[in-house]
Amino acid sequence: MFENLSNRLNEVFDRLKRRGALAEGDVDAAMRDVRVALLEADVALPVVKDFVKTIKERAVGQEVIKSVTPGQMVVKIVHDGLKELLGGEAVDLAKATNPPLVILMAGLQGSGKTTTTGKLAKRFQDKERKKVLVASLDTRRPAAQQQLEVLAGQVGCASLPIVEGQDALAITDRAMKTARGEGYDVVILDTAGRLSIDEELMAEVAAVKDKAQPQESLLVADAMTGQDAVKTAEAFDQRLDVTGIVLTRMDGDARGGAALSMRHVTGKPIKLVGTGEKSDALEPFHPERVASRILGMGDVVSLVEKAQENVDEEEAEKLARKMQKGSFSLDDYKKQIQQIKKMGGMKGLMGMMPGVKKIQKQMNEANMDERILVRQAAIIDSMTPKERRNIKLLGASMMKRMKKMGKRGMPPGGQIPPELMPR
Amino acid sequence: MASWWQRLKGGLQRSSQALTQNVSAIFTKRKLDDEALEELEDALIQADLGVDMAQKVAARLKKDRFGKDVGDVEVKEALAGYIAETLAPVAEPLVPEAGAKPYVVLVAGVNGTGKTTTIGKLAAAWAGEGRRVGIAACDTFRAAAVEQLEIWADRAGARFFKAATGADAAGLAYDALASAKREGLDVLLIDTAGRLHNKSALMDELRKIDRVLAKQDQAAPHASLLVLDATTGQNAHRQVELFREAIDVTGLVVTKLDGSARGGVVVALADAFGLPVHAVGVGEGIEDLRPFEAEGFARALLDLEPA
Repeated sequence: MFENLSNRLNEVFDRLKRRGALAEGDVDAAMRDVRVALLEADVALPVVKDFVKTIKERAVGQEVIKSVTPGQMVVKIVHDGLKELLGGEAVDLAKATNPPLVILMAGLQGSGKTTTTGKLAKRFQDKERKKVLVASLDTRRPAAQQQLEVLAGQVGCASLPIVEGQDALAITDRAMKTARGEGYDVVILDTAGRLSIDEELMAEVAAVKDKAQPQESLLVADAMTGQDAVKTAEAFDQRLDVTGIVLTRMDGDARGGAALSMRHVTGKPIKLVGTGEKSDALEPFHPERVASRILGMGDVVSLVEKAQENVDEEEAEKLARKMQKGSFSLDDYKKQIQQIKKMGGMKGLMGMMPGVKKIQKQMNEANMDERILVRQAAIIDSMTPKERRNIKLLGASMMKRMKKMGKRGMPPGGQIPPELMPR
Repeated sequence: MASWWQRLKGGLQRSSQALTQNVSAIFTKRKLDDEALEELEDALIQADLGVDMAQKVAARLKKDRFGKDVGDVEVKEALAGYIAETLAPVAEPLVPEAGAKPYVVLVAGVNGTGKTTTIGKLAAAWAGEGRRVGIAACDTFRAAAVEQLEIWADRAGARFFKAATGADAAGLAYDALASAKREGLDVLLIDTAGRLHNKSALMDELRKIDRVLAKQDQAAPHASLLVLDATTGQNAHRQVELFREAIDVTGLVVTKLDGSARGGVVVALADAFGLPVHAVGVGEGIEDLRPFEAEGFARALLDLEPA
């Protein structure tokens, strides 16, 4: 993967001694790196080209403020540009002022429409105390309708009863009648996944839209999408005139360049992001964070959130006290290993820290193998409690036990690693 | 071979059009200079080959033809040749060993890539060859995942093993393998819940499924498939890396190649990891799973007639 862009740009400008305004030649060199960074982050090529052109115009001739390097200056210009393009501030969903509020969910297969439908229903219900009805129009994927029914049960909203043999339009009809007749505030129509080039199915979803007249037509897209983001977004927007985009799986480690591509080609706001498997893992979109993420500039906010999620504070304090007293045992060491692992491993953690990428390069060169931690934990597991407290007791029976644990427990060469050996 | 190509091309046709148009627009017949090469590189990047792979392919073209007058078809032929060369070593169909009873296939991947659908298609194909196939529904997490797979199992005529939603996936895998052995099944396909590769707790759960299978049969799982969505961009590299750290991934299946995504990521993955690509998914029908074939894929991607 591409290393930290700001480091790269600093390197480009480090070679230049002179200060003052950014010259065209220097900026050109920097823009080549920006281009590659954006492409590695899956921003679509036409979008990258437009963006780089705009940024270049902005950067050339800019006075470099005294306190920063020219590289930092360019990074700031790029970062600001990304933020701007992603949409300055969060745009909320339409309000259910004139009920029912109708929301249409559309997108490719497997983008996360049904899961998002469940999360949206929960949000309206819990946060705004609305009466919500969900309806699955997916008559194609096996058990898709049941899936939404189960999700509705989990979040506690109503789901339109399943009638075998009805097509998407008939279900839409029934959903709208039920919503109006029974006084629902919000009705969410979950459509089948479809390819943007499938003429017949694209026409179907357009017909559903005609019938339901939704206030919100949301395109649900996977944050891991590559260059195809442009075509998918264009095709759905053309047919449905979407009102917003929901980006799912933002809790993955994709840079999320698709956000930029889709926003740029449709001009429609990204309204929500999916951030987990739980039914409340649906959040407003933060352009700032995604801009940093696309540039690989580290995401301190996410790091802090991750730490809060995984680190048991009491436990951490206990360990700290032990360390001070010098009674830190192998058991304690193992707890530390597990905590690091929960937070995404050493590499994952370091990747989120701004500026650490530079050290990471050296660490990679030093051949740090993260599996060492896994192995060490396994070895500690195979010791008796007595051995863990007093490692000098380790002997032949320990080796036998390690062998029993198989390949993961067995250190390379059949040796107990020196870092665990008694000193 | 020709019929295989036609079927794949049917699925790939629209997706390859854009790439082909790009390449054609560049080379009607002109001198292959730096500018032309850069445009070519761009076209490859738009097919999701990634910057590195696109540069590599373009560099080869430069070495072979730089400064020469080249035509559209000639360039496409050359490109298809390079791409096929990269793909040839990884084009390996998945054939269950007859000796293993059952031959256990673990299927993993991130959410929504098409694991369940792929299992349905694999089961149907193998059952059609006269094998006795079992399917274990170890996605005990997602709502109605079991019901979805059960419908596929019915269509394929496969023996179906399930547990309640929320049940321990590894426990079910263990029991399913025991039953499959007892019943003398030839193949056991194990579906797993979709999981993001950067979630360590979920990856540990996958490791556990892998481990309990080995407890009964040291060779199991005989194959561990990672299902990748062709619309995925460069993150596919991370997926392969991290799933490989958790389980011994033996091969890939690439799905949704019938869409507008071009699947160029397969080329980059073949170059980077060399993992076999067993099959490609080109539709929602039960027969829409094709063996992966290097030359056919490369030529279809560039919209060239079969060799």
